[in-house]
Amino acid sequence: MSGYVFAIVLCVAVVGWLFYLLRTRRIREKYAGIWIALAVGVMILGIFPHLALWLSGLVGVKTPVNLIFAMAFVVLLAVCIQLSAEVSNLEEETRTLAEEIALVRLEVKCIDARESGSSDQPASAPAGPYEPGPTPGPAAGPGPTPGPAAGPAPTPGPAAGPAPTPGPATGPGATRDGSSR
Amino acid sequence: MQHPDRLPLLVIIPALNEQESLPGVIEEVRSSLPDAHILVVNDGSTDRTSDVASRAGARVLDLPFNLGVGGAMRAGYRYAFRSGYDRTVQLDADGQHDPSAVPGLIRAIEDEHADVVIGARFAGVGDYAVRGPRKWSMRFLSSVLSRVAGTTLTDTTSGFKACNRAGISLFAANYPAEYLGDTIESLVIASRAGLKIRQVGVTMRPRAGGRPSHSPARAAVFLARALLALVIALSRPSEPVATAEAPA
Repeated sequence: MSGYVFAIVLCVAVVGWLFYLLRTRRIREKYAGIWIALAVGVMILGIFPHLALWLSGLVGVKTPVNLIFAMAFVVLLAVCIQLSAEVSNLEEETRTLAEEIALVRLEVKCIDARESGSSDQPASAPAGPYEPGPTPGPAAGPGPTPGPAAGPAPTPGPAAGPAPTPGPATGPGATRDGSSR
Repeated sequence: MQHPDRLPLLVIIPALNEQESLPGVIEEVRSSLPDAHILVVNDGSTDRTSDVASRAGARVLDLPFNLGVGGAMRAGYRYAFRSGYDRTVQLDADGQHDPSAVPGLIRAIEDEHADVVIGARFAGVGDYAVRGPRKWSMRFLSSVLSRVAGTTLTDTTSGFKACNRAGISLFAANYPAEYLGDTIESLVIASRAGLKIRQVGVTMRPRAGGRPSHSPARAAVFLARALLALVIALSRPSEPVATAEAPA
């Protein structure tokens, strides 16, 4: 009999823990739901062990414990697949964000370049919505713009940024990719 | 909506750690396509790809981490879509694709009213050869995809592609990041969306670095993954082209 008590206590503990995680917003309801349902189900079986006997007779499994094991496998499989789907979803979202960040970064660079003297622009891109920022020309470097120096602050400052680039620490280096790693 | 004067061609070059070959490629694009804008999509390179590209005068789209060719290309097409380009060409940063073939691809867009034009090996031009099992699997894929696209395609894994506005807007919304998604699946998506796909024979040069693998095991893995990609892509419902504005 104490085995059933053990199962019930375990389930109560699991539900309590999940509840705590939900309360502190460390787990979302859509993930906690299935675990809570599972724990409640096991608890019901713990309280009414005859249910398992009845159920296994119903589906034609000789030993009730085998039915429980099989069901446990199925539930865990379902959870794993759900998590895989969620991870894929997250990857797609991070991918979209990464693309957006790159686009915004280029736009900022181009705006900076335009502000810091569009006269230096070569005639290569007359109608471009975003002018090509990094021109090989002298003063058009987008990084350390003279005036709006506060603007490009989110990118690592010219001092910190170009450290990994051994090349001449001119404009293009500064706005580059300090945030990636 | 339309810009008063039409934007030139946009050449999109996805690049991952290509600091050696990229300047040469950009230089070559410059000389054979003087009017084109060049966009290098730096796919999370750990070397100085971005630096080298911007110094060579290209615009650089810096992805914060590696997304694979599909991710890089979707970012490139998004840029093209939002900036209002009507024509794009994507070519590889390793110098495999000859920029002087680009006008031929664009002409196919204009003359045959194609939406997506593939620069294809094995189309009678050039002597690029692949042997053994890899060749068979590529040939098989080509025959299946030719049927899907309703036109003869001999090189479905080519990364040398030109798009018009409809192609750009489709790929800006929908360019898979999966393995082979940038080639096989994107073709399926394009033909399912009702875009007209054509191919133009081009010569391909040997890659600057790396060589195509001819080992049977690798070829088998390639074929298996390609088939999986193909089957899944074909089973998927088609996605309409989300044209924000009518293609020019």
